[in-house]
Amino acid sequence: MTGTAVPPQGRFAGAVAAAAARGVLVVQPRMGMPLPADMRAGLAAVRRARAATVGTITLDSYTRVGDHASARKALAEGSDLNGFPIVAHGAEETRRMIDALDDPRFAIQVRHGSPLPLGIVEALADAGLDATEGGPVSYCLPYSRTPLRDAVDAWARSCEVLAERVPGAHLESFGGCMLGQMCPPALLVAISVLEGIFFRRHGLTSVSLSYAQQTSFPQDREALAAMRRLASEYLDGVAWHVVLYTYMGVFPQTEAGAMELLRSSAVLAQVTGTERLIVKTAAEAFRIPTVADNVYALEEAAGAARGADPTTVPEADDSGLYEEARTLVESVLELDPDVGRALLKAFSRGLLDVPFCLHADNAGKSRAYVDQGGRLQWLSAGSMPVRAVAPAGAGRLTADGFLTMLSHVQRRFDGPVLERGRGRSGLTSSPSKV
Amino acid sequence: MALPSTAKGSHPAHAGKPRVLVSSTSSDSHTWNLVFLQLLLEEMGNDVVNIGSCVPDDLLIAECRRHRPDMVVISSVNGHGALDGERLITALRAEPDLSRLPVVIGGKLGTRGSSVFGQRLMDAGFDAVFEDSAGIEPFRSYLELAPHAVELEATA
Repeated sequence: MTGTAVPPQGRFAGAVAAAAARGVLVVQPRMGMPLPADMRAGLAAVRRARAATVGTITLDSYTRVGDHASARKALAEGSDLNGFPIVAHGAEETRRMIDALDDPRFAIQVRHGSPLPLGIVEALADAGLDATEGGPVSYCLPYSRTPLRDAVDAWARSCEVLAERVPGAHLESFGGCMLGQMCPPALLVAISVLEGIFFRRHGLTSVSLSYAQQTSFPQDREALAAMRRLASEYLDGVAWHVVLYTYMGVFPQTEAGAMELLRSSAVLAQVTGTERLIVKTAAEAFRIPTVADNVYALEEAAGAARGADPTTVPEADDSGLYEEARTLVESVLELDPDVGRALLKAFSRGLLDVPFCLHADNAGKSRAYVDQGGRLQWLSAGSMPVRAVAPAGAGRLTADGFLTMLSHVQRRFDGPVLERGRGRSGLTSSPSKV
Repeated sequence: MALPSTAKGSHPAHAGKPRVLVSSTSSDSHTWNLVFLQLLLEEMGNDVVNIGSCVPDDLLIAECRRHRPDMVVISSVNGHGALDGERLITALRAEPDLSRLPVVIGGKLGTRGSSVFGQRLMDAGFDAVFEDSAGIEPFRSYLELAPHAVELEATA
């Protein structure tokens, strides 16, 4: 998990490394409350969960876009916010909140989603925190209209500030989660590795690479192995680990189906040597999860990981995913000695092209599909140096077929539950179409 | 011809397939709904320009001038579609060169039933309004059958 001559790590990376040394999967929620007392209670509950946990402070949407005046106004008026406004509260208030935890050394990651994160990075450093996540590609293309060039510049500067101000700071690439679903794994792996290289280039010595569970266990297993191999090749000299996200696409709506999917991600993490897992709750398809929902999901995932038996789960595929991801990484790095400029050239030439991503700086020539065996494949690869394998029969993606693919995982995990007739009541209709 | 042709005469910049511009509203960051619409519209024989999520009103107006679509399809699922839609169509209709451009809106437009805002959005200047609860069929039928957008009120 580490290369040569790795500098000392901070609180967050240290906690993950310590658990990994014991062979224990670290589990982590998504969680952000507007008020310090509630945020502290949430963090305390996560720490107390019967699992190896790290905490999360998810920031609100106003803070994410730099509109701190609106965040302050909402706090003053007692309006609800969808996360913790770390800048509006200020460093002192945030420090007080953390110091009041039973264990003020509890490892915490700040999660945000901003393509221009400098203010957030400064705020978390001021507050004594040492871990966050994102990336110039992964927090720009899926969620913003910010030009990729601006995001690359902002992330370069933010990495440098984080590295200078916080010794042992940890930064996670969100690159393995592009759009949450429908992106073939080799591209997810390549983008995460490239963002890891970008972070190292800008001074970070402790990084993690992410991968979001997709549609197929054997394919995901091959992808995670490819990611580890590429990390060991490209991230020499930095401490690194891999973080898996429980499926982020259209989620099962039955409690039993949702928990089965969660457990399958925990087993996937355990058998692939993945160090950390970001969980989903069964409540997520219906409402914002409570602290209790999160604790339940964390404990369920930790239990499934403990009980995972590598001999009874499907083997990894052997489809050449490592070679495909490596070709993508190499063809980008060849474009420019500076990885940031290389990423810009790669997207403008379509050498990286995220399927179904509508951002103006994404070429938008690639498309993907779920094949008969449930694996994600390229329908068309645009200008990327990968091979598209057209499906048997019609090679065209129809709108109805696309909807079916979006809900492939939901159907697979809800289906058996509904057939048994023990489905949870109150199922909602299919996701919005227009 | 799959699409209403009311604005054809005023947008002669391109020939061939009808061109449809797909967009979200200023506050809505969802994109899968936009991708679905793009595939549906392409399947029905249109060229699609998909300008994505979180589109400010002035950008939408600029993109309408740049691409000269035969029709604009606005989709929103975050519950602010009625508010955002009323504001954007008012701004768009205030531009003389866009006052007759066919523009429709659909999705999960509000937090209450569609009858509350369907007529209001039509009055504000949309040519048709499609509520998510009715499914995709009314929109599909509209594209297939409607010779004149203004004669239809899908939410009625």
